[in-house]
Amino acid sequence: MVAREPELADVWNWLGEIPDPEIPAISILDLGIVRDVAWSNEGGARTLRVAITPTYSGCPAMRAIECDIAARLAREGIAHLAIDVWLAPAWTTDWLTESGREKLRAYGISPPRVRAADPHAPIDLISAVEEQAACPRCGSFVVELVSRFASTPCKALYRCTTCREPFDHFKSH
Amino acid sequence: MASDLQTATFDYLLRLGDNALVLGQRLSEWAAHGPILEEDLALTNVALDLVGHARLWLGYASEIEGNGGDADRLAYFRDQREYRNVLLVERPNGNYADTTARQFLFDTWHLYLLQALSSSRDERIAAIASKAAREVAYHVRRSGDWTIRLGDGTETSRERMQAALDAAWPYTGELFASDEIDRDLSERGIACELETLRTPWRAHVERVVAEATLAVPTDGWMHSGGRRGRHTEALGYLLAEMQSVARSIPATQW
Repeated sequence: MVAREPELADVWNWLGEIPDPEIPAISILDLGIVRDVAWSNEGGARTLRVAITPTYSGCPAMRAIECDIAARLAREGIAHLAIDVWLAPAWTTDWLTESGREKLRAYGISPPRVRAADPHAPIDLISAVEEQAACPRCGSFVVELVSRFASTPCKALYRCTTCREPFDHFKSH
Repeated sequence: MASDLQTATFDYLLRLGDNALVLGQRLSEWAAHGPILEEDLALTNVALDLVGHARLWLGYASEIEGNGGDADRLAYFRDQREYRNVLLVERPNGNYADTTARQFLFDTWHLYLLQALSSSRDERIAAIASKAAREVAYHVRRSGDWTIRLGDGTETSRERMQAALDAAWPYTGELFASDEIDRDLSERGIACELETLRTPWRAHVERVVAEATLAVPTDGWMHSGGRRGRHTEALGYLLAEMQSVARSIPATQW
């Protein structure tokens, strides 16, 4: 039991210290997958409920993220924790924070552009390159798509035709 | 399972989950065998998405079944006759054109189906479908790209791509044939009539196949039965490999 219930603002700060297991340059808050944090009464025990959402349905990092959250909050003496997985609304890269985008770029991954488009609009299924990626190394927009999937489902593989370096692009999703 | 609705929904979820699981397993067979590194990664990423979808659909199915099981139980301890996937997805990988044709014809159908299910009155189905649809949009673009690249490629790749489309085509009829479960759940606003997917599917397939300089195969006799548990020989081998470890040590915690 904790002597005093931690403030939710502190909980958010602690969660902000947890790196994404696959892209440790950004935190799980930068990634936008923590959807809600709240205290509730569960069978007489004050329980912290943390809601997270998967980036992709098959994301193998979800279990690791749940374990990381439980371990980090246990260090702060939170004994009763419940982690909910929310599927709706579906995660979008629009939830990536501004600082998260900058950290991605510094890490060598081209960040997704903000997708202002209506998510229900018809999807163009044939366009050769669906979005503009910029080389994180030299900033050039003269790039070519090598593969729609890279080291993880959330990234595509591009090559900069200016500096010739290949790079990962975090797909707008 | 108490009601007719629950029985029908359970069966419907098995169809969705088994399509994703069987195709995900098929694509996993390409791991470390892809023709180029990028494709090796792409195929296994698509497989990962599909296995993720299967986990969500089968997880929901096992909750409705309500006998204390889970998605793994449904995946590893059902036999061939209890699998409800369409025959197209269990077809062996063949050469790269065969894998591409199977994927392209399925992906296109899969996307339109998931888009329709995104407005299902069953909120859980709607949530899983709208999440999955966005992932499948990438699958459609990739398999369409490769259909074009192989079709409008060398003489050999063009020949193989056409042969692959021709061979997969008789397995596409099943994708558009509603049965009583589809119709019952459609009337309740939960599922969709499969016939409604044919026009958009056909339009996209024609567009890509034309760009690939290939011919859309002629409709002829169509195979069916997978959605009722009548499968081709190929599924048995796939399940034997996928299920062997779980069945040899069934009580293990992973």
